Amino acid sequence: MSDAETATVRVIADRDVCIGAGMCVYADDTVFDQDDDGLVVLLVEEPPDGEGVRRAVQTCPSGALRLAGR
Amino acid sequence: MSETTTAPTELPVYMLRDGFDPAPELGALRETERVGRARSPFGIDVWVLTRHDDVRAALADSARFSNAAPVRGVPGMPKMDEATIRRMRAGNPLLVDPPEHTRLRRFLTPEFTVRRMRRLEPRIHEIVDERLDAMQRSGPPADLIAEFALPVPSLVICELLGVPPEDRAGFEHRTGRLLNMSIPVDERMRLQAESRAYMSGLVAREQREPGEAMLGMLVREHGDDLSTDELIGIANILLIAGHETTSNMLGLGTLALLRHPDQLALLRDDPDAVGPAVEELLRWLSIVHTGVVRTTTTEVEIGGTRIPAGELVVFALPAANRDPGATTDPDRLDVTRGEVGHLAFGHGVHHCLGAPLARLEMRVAYPALLRRFPGLAEVPGTAAFRSFHVVYGLTELQVTW
Repeated sequence: MSDAETATVRVIADRDVCIGAGMCVYADDTVFDQDDDGLVVLLVEEPPDGEGVRRAVQTCPSGALRLAGR
Repeated sequence: MSETTTAPTELPVYMLRDGFDPAPELGALRETERVGRARSPFGIDVWVLTRHDDVRAALADSARFSNAAPVRGVPGMPKMDEATIRRMRAGNPLLVDPPEHTRLRRFLTPEFTVRRMRRLEPRIHEIVDERLDAMQRSGPPADLIAEFALPVPSLVICELLGVPPEDRAGFEHRTGRLLNMSIPVDERMRLQAESRAYMSGLVAREQREPGEAMLGMLVREHGDDLSTDELIGIANILLIAGHETTSNMLGLGTLALLRHPDQLALLRDDPDAVGPAVEELLRWLSIVHTGVVRTTTTEVEIGGTRIPAGELVVFALPAANRDPGATTDPDRLDVTRGEVGHLAFGHGVHHCLGAPLARLEMRVAYPALLRRFPGLAEVPGTAAFRSFHVVYGLTELQVTW
């Protein structure tokens, strides 16, 4: 169980695709931020595998986010 | 001339509602045929996607489902030359595909970041409180739509764009009729021209003397990249989308809560419940019937149905958001549901630009209203659902407290 809890995932953000909707920031603002242009900025590249990160990837409207290897 | 002024008397299946719910025939279409056919209020045959997964996939696929529909004759529409049509479409990000869409949208994304919204929040509280004060001073009964649901988003978008708030009655009236499909198409075209003319006056003023709000910013920072027609188009769509949508969520959402008192209490009494409750109201009400019609750029196949290239496709958002394949017990309003992934703001590159603003306004306005007037109640028989409109909602809702 403890392995699963501490596992991390590598998030890949494509800023050319990003439309600045900000859904990822709502999902987890410890991992995702927006720059002055509104485009996604990763605060942590390999965050713990958590619900917020998964939700961000899943709900990103433009498909700019994915998890490496998936 | 006479047939050019006929208004549609029958609504297509994707606009049919039964109070808060999509009409049973829309749900039946989703569960049986999956992909339907309908005649739009413009008198044009369209394909209708109904399932959550189909709608989501098509919304994400701007290469095969294009927003840049070729201009075609709409029955009853006055003839216009190419240049006029181009001018009327200029600057509207909903009528172009990437990369043109990306160019237009990126002028605006900095204005709708989560951080910007947080800075705006205190001002939204003030606007909401001022409207509640005004309602309290006049005393019950009050029309919640005219006194609260419409003015709050209108005043917010006025301030954000730099539109004079005293012009509110004019643009609210124009937008309300422009998006009303029971009004003949030639009159709606005239209203669209009026609305552009109004905005061109505001843009000209900003070009002479750029203000501090978004119109002034666009002129100052992007005046060389955007044509005047594009500036007018962008400002116009922001103004229309900025008040007409959120106002209907506030009105219809409040009525939904009043008729589900247990859900209302959760939202009113627990600040942590507000965010998920707003998402659930967005899903359950799905006030935007379809969003913008798409045109297939190639033959596509959806669940065994072949749609040829060059066909028009609409996405039945209320059906998709009530799809039992995507949400458990989808017809039940459950503000604690906590699920995300609804399609009320669309999906893909055209996902609602103003979604963060709409969310913020709702997160502030619902609890403020319900806490100010703990005894808020509808005056029975006054809730008037409107059917013929691009955005579903109420034309009137008398309340007491």
